[in-house]
Amino acid sequence: MTQLLIIGGYLGLLLLLGIGASRLFRGTSQDYMLASHSIGPFLLLMSIFGTTMTAFALVGSTGESFKEGVGVYGMLASSSGIIHSLCFFLLGVKVWKLGKAHGYRTQVQFFRDRLESRRIGLVLFPVLVGLVIPYLLIGVMASGTVINKVTAGRIAEGKVVGGTFAEGTFPAFLEQGKNPKAPTDPPSFLYGSQGGVPKQLASLAICGIVLIYVFMGGMRGTAWANTFQTLVFMVLGVVTFVVIAWKLGGQDSFWASLQTASAAIPYEKLTRLHIPPEKFLTYMFVPLSVGMFPHLFQHWLTARSASSFKLPVVAHPLFIAIVWVPCVLIGAWATSDLITIPPPVAANPNAVLPFLVQKLAGPVLGGFLTAGILAAIMSSLDSQFLCLGTMFTEDVVQPLRGSRRLSDQHELLVARGFIIAIVALTYGLSLLEPRRVFTLGVWCFSGFSSLFPLILAALYWPRLTKAGAYACVLAAAGSWLWLFSASDFAGNPNFTVNIPVPTAIDADGAWQLMPVAAMIAASTAAIVIVSLLTKPPGQQTIKRFFPSRAD
Amino acid sequence: MKPAHVVWALVALLIVAHQDIWFWDDARLIFGFLPITLAYHAGISLAAAGTWYLATLFCWPVDDAAPSPMTEDRS
Repeated sequence: MTQLLIIGGYLGLLLLLGIGASRLFRGTSQDYMLASHSIGPFLLLMSIFGTTMTAFALVGSTGESFKEGVGVYGMLASSSGIIHSLCFFLLGVKVWKLGKAHGYRTQVQFFRDRLESRRIGLVLFPVLVGLVIPYLLIGVMASGTVINKVTAGRIAEGKVVGGTFAEGTFPAFLEQGKNPKAPTDPPSFLYGSQGGVPKQLASLAICGIVLIYVFMGGMRGTAWANTFQTLVFMVLGVVTFVVIAWKLGGQDSFWASLQTASAAIPYEKLTRLHIPPEKFLTYMFVPLSVGMFPHLFQHWLTARSASSFKLPVVAHPLFIAIVWVPCVLIGAWATSDLITIPPPVAANPNAVLPFLVQKLAGPVLGGFLTAGILAAIMSSLDSQFLCLGTMFTEDVVQPLRGSRRLSDQHELLVARGFIIAIVALTYGLSLLEPRRVFTLGVWCFSGFSSLFPLILAALYWPRLTKAGAYACVLAAAGSWLWLFSASDFAGNPNFTVNIPVPTAIDADGAWQLMPVAAMIAASTAAIVIVSLLTKPPGQQTIKRFFPSRAD
Repeated sequence: MKPAHVVWALVALLIVAHQDIWFWDDARLIFGFLPITLAYHAGISLAAAGTWYLATLFCWPVDDAAPSPMTEDRS
């Protein structure tokens, strides 16, 4: 119950913050979608960092380290520190300048003008929305699972012991579940909520809270909430690290406990012998996805000035280190003989951090850490919901109305209405519990990465043509679909593209590359070849987007 | 060499240094608790922050003066 009270208190605070931000709302669609370009360096840093870090930053990093060892920091975190800031620097600042000058609110609006194509949105909008939806599902499903797990009891002798709620508190369809190993058996409490808040109710509560503060506060509320939530999950991550290190090491001083805990890490978890170097290298392409995230594009446009980007560009790699280094160490410690991880927890690495907290830190820190995990999840969900509302209004409704544009008030109404619809759709899809949604996450990121050449060329290559852009999107989508089906539709989580090489070069006789490398190669080749073969853009477009290159 | 070129050379160096095959099978602990591969890549994160700081000083892509607001605003 302690954990539930702490989580409830945290969600209440978040609501108050959203309501507070709504009091500053200026009543225009410009303010609702872009906070009237008023976000300064600190809020921009926190909101961008909170948006790019999902639940994966806390529980996923610990889980991956438990599974693969400390090498995951280099594969997933330090590469992001380089590539994310590169994207903010190369793309974000230019996008902000063009967006402010020409009044862009979405990626599609920018690409329509840059490519002299009113129909690019017909291709790009469904691709972008299709890639965001599974990303949203991950957050909604993860939040329900986390709240359920930390409030549930444990199983002892075939019974649930110590749960927050007794059996029968909720209707049977919410608290009973099927045994995955015997699906024909009748559903039972043992395989359902196990005395915790039912997942469906927990996800509904999270969707409701995010909906309320996005609905009321718009982008300003989202930026404030993201800042608060980012501070929460960063501070709680460090506190959790100190408590777990001390308890696990079991020495008088913190330093000695750290050394004892690390000395017990098995050799294979300290090295990367099981990670092929070429897979490590090509994983660097995955963080390029931030260049094409539509919700991040919208955050870039909220900046007050170009200078506002300087702090995010510099501090982002440091923030990644602050969150990831402690979590990766905790995951490696969990593989040592200092603690026994039960087989059901070991089978689901994302459960390792909650298990350690519950076992070593007690219910109060457990409650706060859960609040931190929810903070990381919600700080991504809010931006994505707001972004989809903006895209629907600006890229679908307004173009359909042609010269009869919606008034500002109606535009606000449509955006808010679509946000409610998309929250309801996402929640409904989450109830179907698509099993492969977490593996789908990496595929979504890879899809966004494969479109990176499009935004890079649009900003830096005057020779990019409309046909080249269409070819890029089609090549990205086509290669994505082909490789996705080859991976048994995400059924094979370790799927790689294998390039045969002589055994003198690689003893395995093949280079194992991440699929994203092949997708980027295909989309880059398509955009370059087709652009060079087709008619260059007109002088007016060149003058508008590349004033220094115009004749 | 212009400062901007030095900054871009440093970014390229970061990407190369990130592929640290020389530590692939090294299990040493720095200060008795930090695995060397983790310490090295935490160092890469710090170096990235430093490199991007230099980038903001020497090759910032846009001048600080705000563009004329909403010259072709869609709202």
